[in-house]
Amino acid sequence: MPALLRIVHNTYRDSVSLMQLSARIAGLAGVQQASVVMATEGNLALLREAGLLEGVVEASPSDLLAVAQGDSEDAVRAALDEAERGLAGGASAGPRRAPRESAPRSIRMALEAQPDANLALISTPGEYAAAEALKALRLGLNVMLFSDNVSLADEVLLKREAEARGLLVMGPDCGTSIIAGVPLGFANAVRRGPIGVVGASGTGLQQVTSLVDQAGVGVSHALGTGGRDLKADVGGATMLRAIDELAADAGTRVIVLVSKPPARAVAEKVLARASASGKPVIACFLGATAAEVERGGVRAAATLEQAAAMAVAAARGEPYTADAPRLPHFTGPRLAPGQRYVRGLYSGGTFCYEATLLLSQTLEDVHSNTPVGGAAALADVWQSRGHTLVDLGGDEFTRGRPHPMIDHRLRNERLVREAADAAVAVILLDVVLGYGAHSDPAAEMLPALRAARAAAQRGGREIALVGFVCGTERDPQDFARQSAALAEAGVILAASNAQAARTAATIALRHAETARN
Amino acid sequence: MPKLLETSLGVINVGLAQFAQTVTAAGGAATQVDWQPPALGDRAAGMALARLTGDARIEQANARAFAAFLGAVPVLRGIGAAGDTLPGMGERMILHAGPPIEWPRMCGPMQGAIVGAILYEGWANDADEARALAASGELAFEPCHHHAAVGPMAGAISPSMPVWIVEDAARGARAFSNINEGLGKALRFGAYGPEVLQRLKWIECSLAPALGTALGLLGGLELKPLVAQALIMGDEVHNRNAAASALLLRRLAPALARARLPHEELAQALEFMAGNEHFFLNISMALCKLALDAAHGVAGSSMVSAMSRNGVEFGIRVSGLGDRWFNAPAAAIDGLYFAGYGANDAARDLGDSSITETAGFGGFSMAAAPGIVKFVGGTPEDATANSLRMRHITLGESDSFQLPALDFRGAPCGIDLRLVVDASIEPVINTGIAHREAGIGQIGAGLTRAPLACFIQALCALDDELNGR
Repeated sequence: MPALLRIVHNTYRDSVSLMQLSARIAGLAGVQQASVVMATEGNLALLREAGLLEGVVEASPSDLLAVAQGDSEDAVRAALDEAERGLAGGASAGPRRAPRESAPRSIRMALEAQPDANLALISTPGEYAAAEALKALRLGLNVMLFSDNVSLADEVLLKREAEARGLLVMGPDCGTSIIAGVPLGFANAVRRGPIGVVGASGTGLQQVTSLVDQAGVGVSHALGTGGRDLKADVGGATMLRAIDELAADAGTRVIVLVSKPPARAVAEKVLARASASGKPVIACFLGATAAEVERGGVRAAATLEQAAAMAVAAARGEPYTADAPRLPHFTGPRLAPGQRYVRGLYSGGTFCYEATLLLSQTLEDVHSNTPVGGAAALADVWQSRGHTLVDLGGDEFTRGRPHPMIDHRLRNERLVREAADAAVAVILLDVVLGYGAHSDPAAEMLPALRAARAAAQRGGREIALVGFVCGTERDPQDFARQSAALAEAGVILAASNAQAARTAATIALRHAETARN
Repeated sequence: MPKLLETSLGVINVGLAQFAQTVTAAGGAATQVDWQPPALGDRAAGMALARLTGDARIEQANARAFAAFLGAVPVLRGIGAAGDTLPGMGERMILHAGPPIEWPRMCGPMQGAIVGAILYEGWANDADEARALAASGELAFEPCHHHAAVGPMAGAISPSMPVWIVEDAARGARAFSNINEGLGKALRFGAYGPEVLQRLKWIECSLAPALGTALGLLGGLELKPLVAQALIMGDEVHNRNAAASALLLRRLAPALARARLPHEELAQALEFMAGNEHFFLNISMALCKLALDAAHGVAGSSMVSAMSRNGVEFGIRVSGLGDRWFNAPAAAIDGLYFAGYGANDAARDLGDSSITETAGFGGFSMAAAPGIVKFVGGTPEDATANSLRMRHITLGESDSFQLPALDFRGAPCGIDLRLVVDASIEPVINTGIAHREAGIGQIGAGLTRAPLACFIQALCALDDELNGR
């Protein structure tokens, strides 16, 4: 059908508003073409060319012209009515919004919004993390690099850059830090106090700081270095810098170092620096002998728990006396003769490492995906053999899956599977609370704990479930409630990872003796 | 550098938002970055960006380049013939918009404009002959930008065409642009019919001499105050030049009246200018080119000194990277169309006019011209937000050109390519839309963006230059 037109005399609208209005009515149902224009000669010519206008139009350049073509007269009239309404109502649609600054899209933009920022916390995918960290350093920021999968070469580059600028790089793969009471990454809510901690492992830091808090003492700062900092290539750059910072920090009276044993040359440098700090230093290099560690001002701790206890004593100005390892009171489950093995299912890498060390001191036939001490490597990480301890936070388990501190499904499945194994006597578990961890780990674990016991019962057995909770009373998950729920589910709760591991070993050994007798 | 533990902790969080919430819940200060992988996820370019971040050599070079940019004092000096006036202009040369491009690859409107320029120069008798000549390799086609010039849309400038001369009163340097032919069928959209060529001849023989005389009588015309006023009056001097054109006419009309022109010639000149709201555009472009050329060539500078499109590619040049172009495919335009046309009819992004955005006008000064944002169905608030966003990719603000809607803050200007790549914020460009076929003309207008890929390439080149490989 031919086009219809409507003239609104002596009305001006700017061309952009009119183009917008034209686009709107041209989009109405049943409309093929539509245009609203000032009736200038040029516009009329355009409309004629577009086939929207024929013959002479009685309109002057100060008149508005609406014209539409469509499937039916009704549709076209409706379009022209809509055009008139649009002209009357003004062109703007929707409520007025105040102009606002968009969210910062880069570290630099964030620095404009928060000019006194002094730390970038980076948890992007690893392949981009080094670049973000380097930018942060070059903009004068200290860095905590939570991301993993950063190459060793990039780590060295970042730490050189930081050194040249007098900045600190925590990480890569630094899960935990606490600076002046502010938790960064996965950290527990610990009270502030005189103990400063530097650690190559996140869960190691969490264990020491939580136990310090539980002892009623507090933490000045806890600084993560990342797991490779003490390798020869990196040379302990971050730990050295962190020791200097804690040495200079007025709020820190005792320093704790937590790590696997460093490369020999690195250990010498680190311990020399610690010794020169002028403050009492407790070094927990898991697996190293006291003789390798101790020197002026530096004392060795064999476990994370001992490191915390020694630091607490030092902070209180009391002598540390090594008690015999304390174990929780428990009534042992009735184990069948064939139940021999301990199976440890860990979400914390350092917990697995420390437990493997302790178990391999007293048990034979210990296996792990992160073997240490006398333990052997697991050929198939999905398949336990003998005494087995697995770090479920290891790369082979987390590929394409959330970390087991956040997502308990993988561990729950394995827990039930281990319990169904007639050779298993003890299942050893860590439960990590704090910021970043699951909001209610006990609730996540309860069905699997029940299913594990049921699986054992089906085989006519009982099974020992041994665990510990790493956390504090101020953690968002509520330490007391989590502990009570786990105890209720039959878990024998130790106060620390070391105690839990020793408890498991004790159960296994006692039962082995009983079975022999 | 104060030690980390001695100052109160302020965190910039890049990645998991929950970490920032933990910090603030514990009473710390944290800013969450709305992060995406920079450089379109190109890891090597991302590392190059990191290396170039906070590089003192670049900061110093940019300070120099930016000061030179602000220091330009553009004066509309007069009119000259392109062949006599443009540096390096050859006798058988036709200039075009954008980065270099050979005849066979040129888009429809640009080929049309080249045909028109050949006919206009009398180098061929008809369009077929003109096409054959263009394809023969006998003529040189070079970017306007290589000759201190800029031209809107196809940007065709041939030796006989008159050009505006804009001179830097501070340095004596010059920049040039052709004279705007008005809307509808025009050479810059690739039209080359008789009426187009006649109008061009009239511009050459009647209008240009009259304007030259008038400017002579005025002793030149200072452009900064005029543009500053136009911004206050609602122009962004790229896609809206209504105020600037009126202000220019207000300055020129009395001088024209005193130029002792034949009455009909004077009337035609005034009518032509009065009928073209974009008359000022080409002058706006030339003054931008002038100021950016002043900033060009500072070793180590990451300031963008030109952004331009040839209808096939979008190209940028960078102050510290000499005469190289960094190109990416020209984008489609998000816009509104005149009656009877739609997105399928549109040519890709075309023209040197994005020199205005490079200098802080157009899309960067959208807050001054809320009307423009309606081209994409936006609101005045969106216009303001656009200008605010551009502030994050620029070295500073203009000391001459204020944006009333932003409390009279200066227009954001001096694009730092590092900031573009870091924040993945592409420069926004207000632009006209040409029909993809030669000769149909403008069919709409809208917004487009300078492709990130150009900036990533330039960034890697600057890294090579400064850090070697």
